[in-house]
Amino acid sequence: MAEDTLIQVEGVSKKFCRGLKRSLWYGVQDLGNELRGRAHAHLDELRPEEFWALRDINFEVKRGECIGLLGRNGAGKSTLLKVLTGLIKPDAGRALTRGRVGALIELGGGFNPILSGRENIYIGGSVLGFSQAEIQKKFDEIVAFSELEDFIDMPVQNYSSGMKVRLGFSVAVNLEPDVLFLDEVLAVGDAGFRIKSYNKMSELLSRCAVVFVSHSMTVVARVCSSVALLKNGHVVYLGNDVASGIEQYLDMFDSGPMMIEFNEKAQLHNIRVGCDRGGDHEDDVPSFRYQDDLYIEMDATVDAGHSAFYVAFSIVDKDMKPVAQYASNNFEQEFRNTGESMRIRINVPQCLLTNGEYSLNIALAEPFDRDVGGNELSQTLALYKNCARFKVQGFRGTQWAPFHLPCRVEIDSHNAN
Amino acid sequence: MRPRLTLPLIKISLMSADHDTPALPVTIYTPESRLQHPARMLREMLADLHTGRELAWRLAVRDISAQYRQTALGILWAFILPLANTLTWIFLNSSGVVAMAETALPFPVYVFTGTMLWAIFMDAVNAPLQTTIAAKSLLTKLNFPREALLVSGVYQTLFNAGIKVALLLAVLPLMGIELGWSLLLFPVALLSLVLFGTAFGLVLTPIGVLYTDIGKGLPLLMQFLMYLTPVVFAMPKEGVAAVVFMLNPVSPILLTARDWLTAMPADYLAGFLIANLLALLLLAAVLIVYRLAMPILIERMSA
Repeated sequence: MAEDTLIQVEGVSKKFCRGLKRSLWYGVQDLGNELRGRAHAHLDELRPEEFWALRDINFEVKRGECIGLLGRNGAGKSTLLKVLTGLIKPDAGRALTRGRVGALIELGGGFNPILSGRENIYIGGSVLGFSQAEIQKKFDEIVAFSELEDFIDMPVQNYSSGMKVRLGFSVAVNLEPDVLFLDEVLAVGDAGFRIKSYNKMSELLSRCAVVFVSHSMTVVARVCSSVALLKNGHVVYLGNDVASGIEQYLDMFDSGPMMIEFNEKAQLHNIRVGCDRGGDHEDDVPSFRYQDDLYIEMDATVDAGHSAFYVAFSIVDKDMKPVAQYASNNFEQEFRNTGESMRIRINVPQCLLTNGEYSLNIALAEPFDRDVGGNELSQTLALYKNCARFKVQGFRGTQWAPFHLPCRVEIDSHNAN
Repeated sequence: MRPRLTLPLIKISLMSADHDTPALPVTIYTPESRLQHPARMLREMLADLHTGRELAWRLAVRDISAQYRQTALGILWAFILPLANTLTWIFLNSSGVVAMAETALPFPVYVFTGTMLWAIFMDAVNAPLQTTIAAKSLLTKLNFPREALLVSGVYQTLFNAGIKVALLLAVLPLMGIELGWSLLLFPVALLSLVLFGTAFGLVLTPIGVLYTDIGKGLPLLMQFLMYLTPVVFAMPKEGVAAVVFMLNPVSPILLTARDWLTAMPADYLAGFLIANLLALLLLAAVLIVYRLAMPILIERMSA
């Protein structure tokens, strides 16, 4: 079944040099070695000012698989793609690809700005190794996919960045590659084109092995069947558990301090998330089980000038995506203010969030009127962002959505009388 | 057994697709020098030259149209410089500032043909480095047959040479030169001029991509070289200069080109053949060097 492994990366390492002058001189040395038929000198040791941009990278991608490369800026993702596409030589190891390679490494890369979209499709196609006739055959499909019919004879320099991506992506995916490398290219497309692109990628996946670099975890969760997490040139996680890989990637970032956006008319203190069962603590972040009964507690004071208020919160995941919201006034729960300090407790029965780290935004507001549609208008008294963090653990099974609903399935046989 | 949904729907649908896999071409990248497998490397190089043909043509058309699109004088730029050079030397000679040795051709014709041919040679020398550096953004983002850049450079040189030759053919009869049958041989000499120029330019390209000193120093070097070639001066008959002029492989090529163009007897045919043989060998060697150097250069370009 080795035939179906389209990408094989074995122990790939790559050195880079920090200083420009040195880098150029090493270039001359490497050139000399190459011309004398030798591998680069000092293969396994670093010369002064050098560092490992990639160190001992191993993975395989089969036809039908899509691996997501995750990592912070400068972790080595693009360097790895450059080795895989043969732009630069590895300093150790072996990178193998089978079949025709399509690559979209950088936004607008490889377009000539003076030429029209039409001419660029032909150039792009011949760069990928297609003959005039083959491109001719695919031309209409490419243009139709990019939806650039009206602009195809316009110089590419007048294209917006989104239009360039459309063109580049259309060329790369419509020429039926066996191996596809995509580097953070879909971020600028509009929503319609992004959806179309993901669907196209999904369609391609059946025939293709894809390496996908992205900083959008929603997209990675959606298209990738496995992930490799890079940190300073090393792979720190490699596996099929996409959610866990994403979690580890997001853990690399500090979620930052609490932000008090607004607290002139009400103040909150001692905000915490808890569980009657107790919960576990690790590095200051309480962690709970899937389906635990949680509560949110805080001390509050509201200015005496405001007679009533309600409580609202939202839960945000590590990707900054809001995943849940609550506002007590939606359930006719509004509270009278006495001006004295009070303790507020919000019970969250059976928390259905899947594994991950979440943070909390809390607001107090005062309802004061209703608009024509009957919606309540209110004035914010306090807004605390990122004011408490908690983790959910213990959910078993693969997860790709923030909630797992505790449904029940009933099955009746149609033949039963 | 409890059914377990392990993947979102879109992924499940993919697994069912069936297809027969024909033997796919395998590409392997390793740190070893590609000189370890010379046969494979040559095969790949020839294949790339072949698949790069169309790309080379498109790049050339693109660059030629782009080159003149933003100029007011257009293709006049192809011969303004050699023309100005010619006028300078004719003035220097006629005013007696510089005394020239006798040439078989009238001096204005000698200088005019010389500078025009030299300009073609210079274009050929500059092309490999220029096209490679101009394609930087393409080179660091796409893997394509890079030889296409060189071929495209040759196409561009030939296009510009065509303009110059057309001017030569139009003006020479006005200067009293009768064009003869030897004109049919002239394209051969023109091609060898471009061939030698390309090979020479390619020698400088790998280092020139790394260090811009090469690009900056090249005009200086070319000017120096021009005075060691019978462009404006006749071949010296004796002394150190005569030896240097004789050893200079551009001399016989340029002289033969001029002789064939102006229907003069070609006196340097032996030298012409030797120079061509040298140029071919040099070209083959530097093409290989170029191919080997490219990944290393790209690494330092993007660094």
